[in-house]
Amino acid sequence: MKSGKTIISIRNIYKRFGASVTAVDNANFEIAEGEFFALLGPSGCGKTTLLRMLAGFENPSDGEIVIDGQVMEGVDPDKRPVNMVFQSYAVFPHMSVQRNVEYGLRVTGVAADETKRRAKEALELVKMDRFAERMPSQLSGGQRQRVALARALVKRPKVLLLDEPLSALDAKLREAMQLELVRLQQSVGITFVIVTHDQDEALSMANRIAVMESGKVRQIAPPAELYEFPNCKFVADFIGKMNLFEGKVAGADGNKIIVESKGLGRISVPYSGSAQGEVGIAVRPEKIRLDRGQPTSDRVSLRGRVTELAYYGDESNVFLENETGVTVNVNVANEARRTAAAFSIGDELWLSWNPADTLVLTE
Amino acid sequence: MTADVAVQTTPTLRAARRRPRPTPLEYGRKRWLQAVMAFNFLFLYFPIVTLIAFSFNDSKRNVTWQGFTLKYYDQAFHNEQLQEAFARSIFIALCSTIISTAIGAMLGLALYRYRFPLKGPFEGLLYLPIVIPEICMAMAMRSFFGQLEVPLGITTITISHIAFSFPFVAVVVRSRMSGFDESLEEASRDLGASPTQTFFNVTLPYMMPGIIAGALLAFTLSLDDFVITFFTSGPGSTTFPVKIYSMVRQSVTPEVNAASTVLIVLTLSVTIIAMWIQSRSGNKSIAS
Amino acid sequence: MREWRKEKAGFAIFALPGMFWIFLFFTIPLALIWVYSFAARGPQGQIVWDLSLANYDRSLEWINLGIIWKSIWSAGLATIISLLLGFPLAMGIAFAPARWKNPLLLLVVLPFWTNLLIRTYAWIAILRTRGFLNLGLEWIYDQITGLLSALGLGDSFAPFVPLELLYNQAAVVVALVYVNLPFLVLPLYATLEKFDKSYLEASLDLGASQWRTFFSVLVPLALPGIVSGAVLTFILAIGTYLVPDILGGTDSLMIGTLIARQFGESRDPPFGSALSFLLLYTTFLLLWLRASLAARSKGVDF
Repeated sequence: MKSGKTIISIRNIYKRFGASVTAVDNANFEIAEGEFFALLGPSGCGKTTLLRMLAGFENPSDGEIVIDGQVMEGVDPDKRPVNMVFQSYAVFPHMSVQRNVEYGLRVTGVAADETKRRAKEALELVKMDRFAERMPSQLSGGQRQRVALARALVKRPKVLLLDEPLSALDAKLREAMQLELVRLQQSVGITFVIVTHDQDEALSMANRIAVMESGKVRQIAPPAELYEFPNCKFVADFIGKMNLFEGKVAGADGNKIIVESKGLGRISVPYSGSAQGEVGIAVRPEKIRLDRGQPTSDRVSLRGRVTELAYYGDESNVFLENETGVTVNVNVANEARRTAAAFSIGDELWLSWNPADTLVLTE
Repeated sequence: MTADVAVQTTPTLRAARRRPRPTPLEYGRKRWLQAVMAFNFLFLYFPIVTLIAFSFNDSKRNVTWQGFTLKYYDQAFHNEQLQEAFARSIFIALCSTIISTAIGAMLGLALYRYRFPLKGPFEGLLYLPIVIPEICMAMAMRSFFGQLEVPLGITTITISHIAFSFPFVAVVVRSRMSGFDESLEEASRDLGASPTQTFFNVTLPYMMPGIIAGALLAFTLSLDDFVITFFTSGPGSTTFPVKIYSMVRQSVTPEVNAASTVLIVLTLSVTIIAMWIQSRSGNKSIAS
Repeated sequence: MREWRKEKAGFAIFALPGMFWIFLFFTIPLALIWVYSFAARGPQGQIVWDLSLANYDRSLEWINLGIIWKSIWSAGLATIISLLLGFPLAMGIAFAPARWKNPLLLLVVLPFWTNLLIRTYAWIAILRTRGFLNLGLEWIYDQITGLLSALGLGDSFAPFVPLELLYNQAAVVVALVYVNLPFLVLPLYATLEKFDKSYLEASLDLGASQWRTFFSVLVPLALPGIVSGAVLTFILAIGTYLVPDILGGTDSLMIGTLIARQFGESRDPPFGSALSFLLLYTTFLLLWLRASLAARSKGVDF
């Protein structure tokens, strides 16, 4: 569905509140037509503010937003080719489901029979057509969300904005809705921009994710790239779990870099950039292997004593402490069926991983 | 064997039939508290109940019960001055309600929605008519009209009623709006409605229960008022409570009781309707 | 919340009518009598613009101080009696089974919805010489004397002398309690309702008796609510006009009736205005006290 054509241009957008708060700090990127795009970050990072600027409920302090070729400066929310699904769903409590979905068409003067027909189609799309005459108070949270979706989609916007769409749902419903939203987006074909603080949501649903922190956009990439190649400590730590070691650059060697690190000693890992001074050495918990015997010298390795063990059925989380005081978190998949744990607290083990799985982070 | 079992079940059955002893915090079950509460309710209702009861009393002196009659209601209904005063009261109450509700509801919304300079002091000023001793406001209004040499009559009464009623409406509407989900308005705008359309389609329907409650409150406040009305009314502009007052000053006859009962029934009905509306729109208990 | 400047038209439409009304038909009249309070009166009761503090001085004269004092102790007594009656009532409702709470509250508030005038004069039928109270007492007296006679303990008992309960300060106080009781019960109920019952249970568990728990735990922690209700009741009682007017006697002049008299037969609006403002200032002071006590008590976590 992605045509490659840019539908939203966010150009040097700043949003300040008062003199001291910069909610959005120089956001500068583009969203392609047909993408499922996610704004991801902890609370207060500015993602919701950015979304609201797209919808027209906040005005940028600086910079320009262009949607479908049209500059949005001074354009009111009711005149924009975008529609929003609010975090509280905002389904009008005094109107039936049908009237709610028809609302956007009625107020813009669409003919009565066309309004009715399109509303019915939209409700069928979200599988809520049976509930057309119900009042919102008679619906569950998930059902109200679908009504909000139908209500927004019936207007055929170029972009659908969703503010934390899954945060109010319980775990099981959340999983189901994740799949359904992706299916919906693909069948309707329009661009979806969602805001979420839940990295699992973003990773599983989005084509591309923008990770934000304190108003700044840290990295924009597809999920796998974000996970395996984070560009800074914040993204590395925010997405999934990460083991971080402090180190100092000790030299370069072709396409490798030599780093002195507490606990790891002197290691040589593949690295294409040019880093100097203090760096972070990072490796994901699932990339580390635990052995009783010493691993081969082509792997990065260190010793550790098991301090904690958390069993999750499909995997175990093992915490080890090295004699230098460094702690490491390792994910061990429970590949073979056994009732006794493979390791126990106090065991002295070797941890190792492929040097290519090492991340060198400069910020 | 069976006989033993039979003997054993009887004491347990007896115990179960006796009510469980009250727990330490079930103060409501303590006898003396119940007695005080009963006394309180007796205290609260005795005057009103006897007043209503004696409106049916067939005795001019209203002392002992002589027999049931409706003749004093008949008398009251045919009392021309009383009728006039009643009509006047209703008229003033309706005018006051319409204007107070309009002004008050709008102000309540404005207080909820807008920030403006001196908002704090203004809110304090708005609460003044609610907390001010009635006699002070009565004197102020009277002097005001006197100084401007405006003759006291229905107009001055109505103006004064509006002055003390609309703050109540504003408070009621404001409190209703505090539960409003702003994203409803944003959703409406997002779907293409203009600000005016949004107001009439989304905001106003939400305000409605508050507006109606406020209107009914304004109506009862106006209908019931005595002190301020008394001092801002002129010779030809007696209202129902004022007329009852002058009748009381002469002597408390069953006719006065009858007229009073009518007023009680009227205001109670309006109040109960107001409360019923409040409860339907999901507001909490009376204590709030 | 929006800034008014961003929506000047909307703000003007919604806020201005109310602002206009309260300014013209409330603030200005109040300001007018405030100015009056510094003026003097002429022979026919008109205003003489001779500004001074004379009226305020006069309110401190012995005779007026007496009236002020009477208002204060009457209101105070009414408040205390209301507390004694109302506290058990509020407790009973707060600790009642849930489904009874609202109906009981409704019962307490219902009389409040009837006209003040009617509620006040209803006491005439009760308190007068041949009123319900005296008739009831007479009946009891007759029963007792009859019993004593039958037992041979006496022959001729003096006939029952009815109590003078009307057209005096006693009637005023009783009616003040009656009229203001809901204003005490409701805030008190609200406080007790929110009260964390586990404090009481802890006290009982530690060995304190019910009364000890009441005085050492319940009252101190519920004090903000109690004081709030009491201050409100006092404010209402001290500014009363109708009650002393209908049920009071020649010696029951209170601030409210004194003020009315100045604008009536005494023809002394300036003095009346000064008294009005003294009453107003007192009211404000008490309200401010109540608010600051409430604010301070927010530190106590219920």
